[in-house]
Amino acid sequence: MLATVVARLVQMAFVMFGISVLVFLIFFATPGSDPAARIAGRNASPETVEQIRHDFGFDRPLPVQYVVMMKRLFVTRDLTSFVNRGQKVIPEVLDAIPATLSLVGGAAVLWVLGSLAVGVAAAALRDTAVDRGLMILSLIGISAPVFWLGEVANLLSQSRYHDTWLFSWVPGLGYVPLSESVSGWFKALVIPWITLAVLYIGIYGRVLRANLIEAYSEDYIRTARAKGLSPTRIMLRHALRTSLLPFITMFGLDFGALVGGAALLTEVVFGINGIGRLTFHALQNLDLPVILATVIYASFFVVAANALVDVLYAVIDPRVRA
Amino acid sequence: MSLPSEPVLAPAAEPADAVRPAEGRGPWRTALRRLRRNRSAMVSLAVLLAVAALTLLAPAYAGWLGIDPFRSNLAGTWVIDGQSVPVMEPSTTGLGLGVTPIGPTWDLGGYFLGADNQGRDVAARLLYGGRNSLVIAGSATVLCLILATLVGLVAGYMGGIVDTVLSRILDVLWAFPVYLLAISLSIVLLTSAFTIGPVTITAGSLLLPIGIIGVIYVPYVARPIRAQVLTLRQSEFVLAAIGLGLPTRRILRKDVLPNLLPTIIVFVPILLALAITTESALSYLSIGVQPPDASWGTIIQDGQTLLYSRPWVALAPGLAIVATVLALNVLGDAVRDALDARGHGR
Repeated sequence: MLATVVARLVQMAFVMFGISVLVFLIFFATPGSDPAARIAGRNASPETVEQIRHDFGFDRPLPVQYVVMMKRLFVTRDLTSFVNRGQKVIPEVLDAIPATLSLVGGAAVLWVLGSLAVGVAAAALRDTAVDRGLMILSLIGISAPVFWLGEVANLLSQSRYHDTWLFSWVPGLGYVPLSESVSGWFKALVIPWITLAVLYIGIYGRVLRANLIEAYSEDYIRTARAKGLSPTRIMLRHALRTSLLPFITMFGLDFGALVGGAALLTEVVFGINGIGRLTFHALQNLDLPVILATVIYASFFVVAANALVDVLYAVIDPRVRA
Repeated sequence: MSLPSEPVLAPAAEPADAVRPAEGRGPWRTALRRLRRNRSAMVSLAVLLAVAALTLLAPAYAGWLGIDPFRSNLAGTWVIDGQSVPVMEPSTTGLGLGVTPIGPTWDLGGYFLGADNQGRDVAARLLYGGRNSLVIAGSATVLCLILATLVGLVAGYMGGIVDTVLSRILDVLWAFPVYLLAISLSIVLLTSAFTIGPVTITAGSLLLPIGIIGVIYVPYVARPIRAQVLTLRQSEFVLAAIGLGLPTRRILRKDVLPNLLPTIIVFVPILLALAITTESALSYLSIGVQPPDASWGTIIQDGQTLLYSRPWVALAPGLAIVATVLALNVLGDAVRDALDARGHGR
């Protein structure tokens, strides 16, 4: 058990190192362009560029540059934006975390409950019209781009039907911190939650249905049937429990990826000022230090989340421990 | 799909009894027959062909309209019901400032879906944009499959240190969230033209989104292929071929690659769907296709400022994406069922 955990942590450290090297190479060692000029942003004076070249050590060998970058990101944390002069980047990233966590956390609750309902209903009513309808809806949910779905949601709730009873409660776009107003926080996030959850309800519902149907061909289900257990009990206590195992891995990966930036599109559409929107604005201004910081912090979060899930998995499933 | 004339070994992923050809048919023909019998797959295929055909007609449609969908037309007029209206209608409410582009005429003769905020015909741009979206998705898929197959073959067949190094690199790429990787690459590559050897790639080139999308999905395909090559490497017919002293290249081409084909084919619709969505997302974030070129994603972005006044600018390309990706997903399920290979990755 301990060996599994240690091995996984070593792997995690290796992957983090690999990602940081990769990001470093992409940002600072792409052929044919000057990284100092890129960090300085548009219309930077030659003096600024020269200053950056010295500060980041671009006039020194690559390994030194890498160490300087890592030090500024994690140790001194004094990476500053050159577009918004003097703005410290790392605190800005940390400040954006609650909004992203609120968005992804709420959506995760929705998508777990929604996909459980969809998967179980479709598997229980296998090959009926309900099953086919649910599966078609899931596929449509998977196929719709989330930012477009968000625009449709905005069109309906902010404009076309905003004056009807259905959507009159919807506040304007933007994020309300939980500490400011609980009901405001909830109202501002309901529609983003649903929009973000649709894709995952589709994916998870389909996977769960397939797992359940596979489980139903196993011997232990036949045994349960032979014992005369009720169909509900067989579904919920026997089939569902084993079918949920692959769910945990998927959930860890997706939750991590969303917090780490995949929620970017949803944040942009709904004006939620989380990490994704920060990245988006940095993209618009070509504010490289901000992008560097969000990419590194977010991908480290994803890697850590995945490692945590794998460790959890070893706790839950004795077969993995070996 | 072209059918190989010589007998091909059964795909390794299939259980032995499922592969046994019914009435002496080969596995490929069996799969094709199963696919043909699948009605939703055939409908999806028809939808995809129709979308492709329509986007190919883009220049013809623009030529027939007699307008250039890439040039802004802020001062132009258009005739509706015998009346001449400005393409950019001055606002009649509030202070009378600002303009609203012409709305959908629902007349194929011009401004079928209205105009965007530069007075350009959205319907014509939708077709041109679709062409870019499909070209990017198709090329990125081909690129991704070639790279992934090469990596998977080399890592799985060579084993040892080569496999370890390649697998670790794949691990890192796999753990790197797709969009963050794409953003990092785009922001660096899109800001300036750059040169690799004799080739100079300009900042607005379509090659950039193709390359970026093609590369970021490599681990998703390379990992399952590598796993399959590992098992094939130990199979009796490959061991026999090695024992006979056949050259490695011949073994890879004649024995290993044909057995990988089902897996590779299963990935085609999945990757196409992923590539279309990724391209539209990158273009929406303005780091994909660059203006004045259009793609479905850039048109949705164009429509964002007009969302409440002229919603069709954003709605139409989104519907096109949903229809295309949905058809690809349905087809993907059908192809997987027909080849009876287990889906790898997502």
